Formats: sequence, C-alpha cells, structure tokens
Amino acid sequence: MWEGIYIGVTTAVMPFNLLMLFVGCFAGTFIGMLPGLGPVSAVALMIPITYGLDPSSGIILMAGVYYGAVFGGSTSSILINAPGCASTVVTAFDGYPMAQRGQAGKALALAAYSSFVGGTIGAIFLIFFAPMLATVSLSFQSSDYFALMVLGLTAVAAFAGKGNILKALMMCVLGLMLSTVGTDRSNGVERFTFGSIEFIDGLSFLLLAMATFALAEVVMSVMNKSTDAQQSKVNNTSSLGSMKLTKAEIKKVAPTVVRSSVLGFVVGVLPGAGATIAAFLAYGVERNFASAKDKLGFGKGSLRGLAAPEAANNAASTGSFVPLLTLGIPGSGTTAVMLGALIASGIQPGPQLFIDHPDVFWSVIVSMYLGNVVLLILNLPLIPYIAKLLEVPRPILIPLILFFSLTGVYLVSFNAFDIQVMVIICIAAIGLKLLDFPLAPMLLGFILGGMLEDNLRRALLIHDESMSFLWERPLTAVIMTIAMLALFGQPLLNFIRSKVGQRKEQDVFDSE
Amino acid sequence: MSIKRRTLLAAAITGCLLSSFSFSVAAEAKLDKIHFLIPGGAGGGWDGTARGTGEALTKSGLVNEASFQNMSGGGGGKAIAHLIETAKNSPNTLMVNSTPIVVRSITKVFPQSFRDLTPVAGTIADYGAFVVKNDSPLTDWSQAVALFKENPRKLKFAGGSARGSLDHLVAAAVIKAEGLDPRTLKYIPYDAGGKAMAGLLSGEAKILSTGLGEALALAKGGQVRILGITAPERVSDAPDVKTMTEMGNATVFANWRGFFAAPGVSKEQVAKWNETLEAMYKTPEWETVRSRNGWVNVYKNADEFYTFLEQQEEQLGSLMKELGFLK
Repeated sequence: MWEGIYIGVTTAVMPFNLLMLFVGCFAGTFIGMLPGLGPVSAVALMIPITYGLDPSSGIILMAGVYYGAVFGGSTSSILINAPGCASTVVTAFDGYPMAQRGQAGKALALAAYSSFVGGTIGAIFLIFFAPMLATVSLSFQSSDYFALMVLGLTAVAAFAGKGNILKALMMCVLGLMLSTVGTDRSNGVERFTFGSIEFIDGLSFLLLAMATFALAEVVMSVMNKSTDAQQSKVNNTSSLGSMKLTKAEIKKVAPTVVRSSVLGFVVGVLPGAGATIAAFLAYGVERNFASAKDKLGFGKGSLRGLAAPEAANNAASTGSFVPLLTLGIPGSGTTAVMLGALIASGIQPGPQLFIDHPDVFWSVIVSMYLGNVVLLILNLPLIPYIAKLLEVPRPILIPLILFFSLTGVYLVSFNAFDIQVMVIICIAAIGLKLLDFPLAPMLLGFILGGMLEDNLRRALLIHDESMSFLWERPLTAVIMTIAMLALFGQPLLNFIRSKVGQRKEQDVFDSE
Repeated sequence: MSIKRRTLLAAAITGCLLSSFSFSVAAEAKLDKIHFLIPGGAGGGWDGTARGTGEALTKSGLVNEASFQNMSGGGGGKAIAHLIETAKNSPNTLMVNSTPIVVRSITKVFPQSFRDLTPVAGTIADYGAFVVKNDSPLTDWSQAVALFKENPRKLKFAGGSARGSLDHLVAAAVIKAEGLDPRTLKYIPYDAGGKAMAGLLSGEAKILSTGLGEALALAKGGQVRILGITAPERVSDAPDVKTMTEMGNATVFANWRGFFAAPGVSKEQVAKWNETLEAMYKTPEWETVRSRNGWVNVYKNADEFYTFLEQQEEQLGSLMKELGFLK
C-alpha cells in the first residue's frame, strides 16, 4: 500500500500536475462561489478541457475543481446567504449570521479549517479502509435508508428557537409537502402539477434554497430600512473582523469537527445519501450534543453550527468516492459526472481498479487529498480579499446578489419558468419570515421528503406491504431507536431528573 | 472558440498521422454548422450524446461548427415545444432524444409525438439487460422464469426509473414473451440506475432490469452476472452474453438515441444530415467518443428511423395498455 501511496504522490507532485491542481482549485473556487453553480456544473464544465490532457493530469485538474467548488460554495453561503451548492445550504444557517455580526473573516477561516479537517479525516479513512468500506456501503437497504431519513427529520428540533417548535414542525411538514410536487418517482404518476408540464420534474432543492435564503434576505433588507442602516454600519466598520480563532474557540469546535467528519464520511459512503444530507445530519446531531446554553446559539452564528456542516460535507464528498472507486457506483450527481470523466480518461472504476491499476487508484486518492491542501494554502491568504465583497456598497451589492442568484438557478436548468417560480417562492418566504416562521426546517423537510417516501415505498414493496422490517431488520431497528432517543430522549431525561430530584428532596425532608 | 482551436489542433494532428498513408482521404466538410438542442441539463445522457456527436463531427472536420443549447423541463416536452415554435428560425437545429419520447407521447405527458417533428436519424442504442448478483442462485434465464412461475413475488424486478418507464416495460415484455401475465410482475423502482445497482448488490433486489452499458462494467468486474440481453444478436463488447432470442424468448428491444429536426425541414437538408452522420461512423474521432462512452452503433437513416419509431410506438403502446398504464 505504501508503495501505491508513493506512486500516487510522485505522480501528483510533478510540476505540471501541481499546476493543474492550483488551476483547478482556483477555477473551482470561483465557479463554486457563483450562487447555484456547484461542483456538478464545475466538473461538467471541465470535462472537455481534460480530453486534451493525459489521464492523471485530467483527474487531478478535476479533483481540484471539485473541492474548489465545494469550498467556494460555502464562501457565498457565508457572505451573502446565497448557497453556492446544495451541500453548503446548511453552512448559511450560522455562517451568514456570523458575517452579519462582523465576523466574516473568522467564519470563512473556520469554514476553511473545518473543510480541511473533514477532507483530511475522509482521505485517511479512504486510504486505509476503502475496500473494507465497500461492503458497508452495500449493507444499507431501503428500509435502513428510510430509518436514516427519519433520524434526519429529528434534526428539525435544531432549527427551532425556544417555543417555536410548533412553527418549525409546521414548516417541516410544508417542506415534506413541497417535495411531493412533480412526477412521483415510484409510480410515475403526476402529483400537484396542475396539468402543467412545467411542474413534471418537481421543484429543485437549490431553487428553493436560493429563493428562501438569498432572494428573501435581500428583499427583506431593502424593505427594512432600519436594519439596513444598522447592517451597513456594521459592514463599514468591521466587515472582515479578525480571522484568528482564540484557543478557547478552537477547543470548543475541535470535537465538533472530528465528530462531524466521521459522521459525514459514513453518510457519504452510502450511495443513497450524499453530502447535503450529511451536512443536515451533522448540524442536527451537533445541536443534540450541545449544552442547553449553546443550543440557543444555533442559527444565530454559532461556531459549532458552522463547523459541523462544513466538516461533514467535505468528509462526505470524500466518502462518496468509496462506492465510486471500489464498486463503480455513483451515489450522487457529482460522482456520476466524475465517473463519466474517469471513464473518459480510460479508467473504469470498480473492484478491478484497485487490483489492476493500483497506480491510478492511488493517484486519484492522493490528488483528491492534495486538492484539500492546496485549497487551504490558496484560500487562507485570499480571505481578506474575498471578504471585501461585503464592503461593496449595498445599492450595488443587492442587485449583484439578485442577478447572480437568478442567473445561477437559470444556468442549471436553462428554463425561464424556474425564475418565475423563484420569485413566487421568494414572496411566500417573505410572508412566512414576517410571521416569524423559520425557513430552514422547510428545506430539511424538502430534502429528506423525497428520499423518505421513495425508500419507505420501496421497502414496503420488497417486504410485501408489511411494516415488519421496522423491527425485524436489525440495522433499521437500531437507527429507528436512535431517532426515537434523539426525539424523546431529552424530555424523558428531564422527566426522570425531575422525579429523582423530587425524591431527593423528599429524602432530605424525611431525614429531617 | 475553444472548439475552433481544438478543431485546428485535431486537424493538424490527424493531418500528420494521415500523411504517411497513401490512401488517406481528408474529410471534407459536408455542413457548415449544426446547433444541438438538448432537452435536459448538463451531464445527463442526452447531453453526453449531443456533445459527443458534436465533438466527433467537428474534430473530424465533417462539420465546421457545432453549438449546444440545454433546455430542460417537462421531461423533454419543453424543448419539443420550443423546436416546433421556432421551426422557421432553426434550419440547422438537431434535437437529441431517446426512447422516452415515444413513451411520453403515448402517455400524453406532452401533447406532441415524433410525428410533429422531422425524425432525422437513430445513431446509437443500448439493449436491455437482466442482471443478478454474482452469488445469486440463479445461473440462467430459465431458472428465473421457473421462479417467477412459482410465485411472481419471489422474483421482483428492480429498475432505475419509475413504474411504467423503460426498465419496467422491458421486464414486462420478456415476461409476456414467456407466455406469463406481465400484470403479475412486481417492479421495484429506484430513482437512478446506479442506485438500483446498489440495491441489487445490497441483496434487497433479486434481479435488475437495466441497460447493457450500465451492467457491463460491473459484470466484467465479476460482481454481477448478466442472464440475458434484448439484442437481436450477440454484441461484440460482450460476446459471452446470451440474447433473449437465443433462449427462446422473442423479445428484442433497443433503447435508442437519435436526432430530430424542426417540422417542415426540406428533404434535401435531411439527406445532407444523413450523409454527414453516415460519414461520421467511419472516422476515428467517432470511434474515440463511442468507445469512451460504451455506446453501440445502431444507425437508422430518416426513413428507417420513422418506420422503427412507428413499430416501437406499437410495441410499447400495446404493452402499456395491457399493463393498465393506458385506458
């Protein structure tokens, strides 16, 4: 194996390949920063260029673009609340509030460090356990995915402020409902399309996220003059803030980053989940781990709330290469494009790859990892300049955000109808925001809804319409139990504590 | 711009390579430009077909310039409507499409059918394949049929698309050809081919109905076995895989990809396109693109393509009626 890694490293550090890595990271970061254009588009854009290169250089270029795009996506999430790609939607939940508080520099730096650690832990797991993990990725059946989605839904509590749990649940249900629009993926029946062909393909997650976050935020800030003035004051005085994390802060986020990286990697390995789900899960889990006081900070610029999804989505991106490289199965849109690119370079991923072409296998993995390193080196010094974006006067910045959000969505589908839908959703989102409804639970419900339904229906079909898999299949039962504990564990614990407390008081009373 | 530059580069390289052969024939540009309309987003199957064809045509010098336009929406219906609306202004436009255009016009997902367009050519095809995991007790097709006869619930077919779409229909067609009732077939839908494959490998699905192209790589890796394919004769990429007809099952089904032009395009123009595409098959540039993607050359010129589409409409229509997808 060390020999393989050695070959991989020597291939990757050849001057031309290093150049490709830098070019890829830079181009990827840039494309990823444009709202809506994520790793799928970035990698797809690069494919024609790689035809002219030799295979390993081509793959290295693409690895750079891939990680660059994921990284760039978090930058726009943090700075302008417009997620660059689906997996960085969660980054905006706490990243944008931090930037608003004048800690843009710290938020960007933390995102970079968390991504780097996530990528590093992911790469280590990939190097040492890839062939072993292949079996893990195939051990998940539809009923297990269903249980995993239920576990994901319990994260809804993470998005509810105090006393807002009812509103959060309502929004989560709204998200679940929106996910049913379009052609039903099991039976091919059209639902809630109102007879229009425009809705046949359903709503896109990115469109929904852009409309409810970027667009609604921008319009709200224009409508609300007082906060506008306040914000621009903040922006003018300390737009960047310090990039440095204090020792106490590092101590606080370090366990978060490690936990989320491991969780993200495991979720990424499953062909049916992906980086977006990983980010949502990590965020929810991290909040469950937090103390009551820390919990309140989530959604208002919590460092842990930012670090968790960033570490998780990067680790998951790395994890998704396990089924791709060892089995030849793409688990997500991006890995499907990457599979196409690998095949185009004459490499057929699969179990044979590891045996027949260990050099290729290792140079892919090593270049993936070097992409992470280069990204950190490239981007940390750039953060002050990137953050300068916030110093752009609002009368210019707002139209720019509007322009990039709308064109970003359009460039994915090339369908003008999407823009109309975006505007309608944006108006609805503003109404909901004014009524103090949290919008993040809606996105959670939407992203999980489709998979929740598909997997449940598939599991029912496979088990002849019987729900028995919920308790008969051990893996499903375990995940369901964890979900139930996440949901009812805290209230139950409080209840027991209060009982015990009462008894203790009683004891004290009796002894007197 | 980049295409032009690369065309020059490719021309220079091909020029060098060919100069040593006395019989070399410099490809002569047959068409000035083709505009490809792609009914889906970047990175999909339609996108790959259009861009691959465009690449082969420009690199080989058969066409001077190729441009591409993605237009997703309505399961491809948006692009069809656009092509019909702008028919007068799009004399150079070719829209890529595939078997679902037939299915979706039968089910009235969109109001148009291939008759409202000008079918130009079918260029490549993929055959249906029935795949089991390598440790499956099923070693040949007859065992699968026996199991199905015993109880259809024991042999549920998985596929990478919804009920009533191709993977399901092909499975129903082979069951029907065995003289069994296709309505008793239990179909497990996944939302993508890769996920259906993962489902098969996880052991929750017993048999998978998919495209040969998708199954071939895993079969070569030894993880899955292909029990049969719906090709009329054995395929050169997989000479060991039996066809259904060989095993006494009459099902022949090709999932084609091809090109359509706007309605009312002149016969001469269609003939020119046919001539250009026919010439493309002989170029090394096409061979590069084809082998890279694992496509199978199945060429049908405009007339053959039209007849084929009519036959396929009949084949799929009657099957879907029998399955209860049509009233």
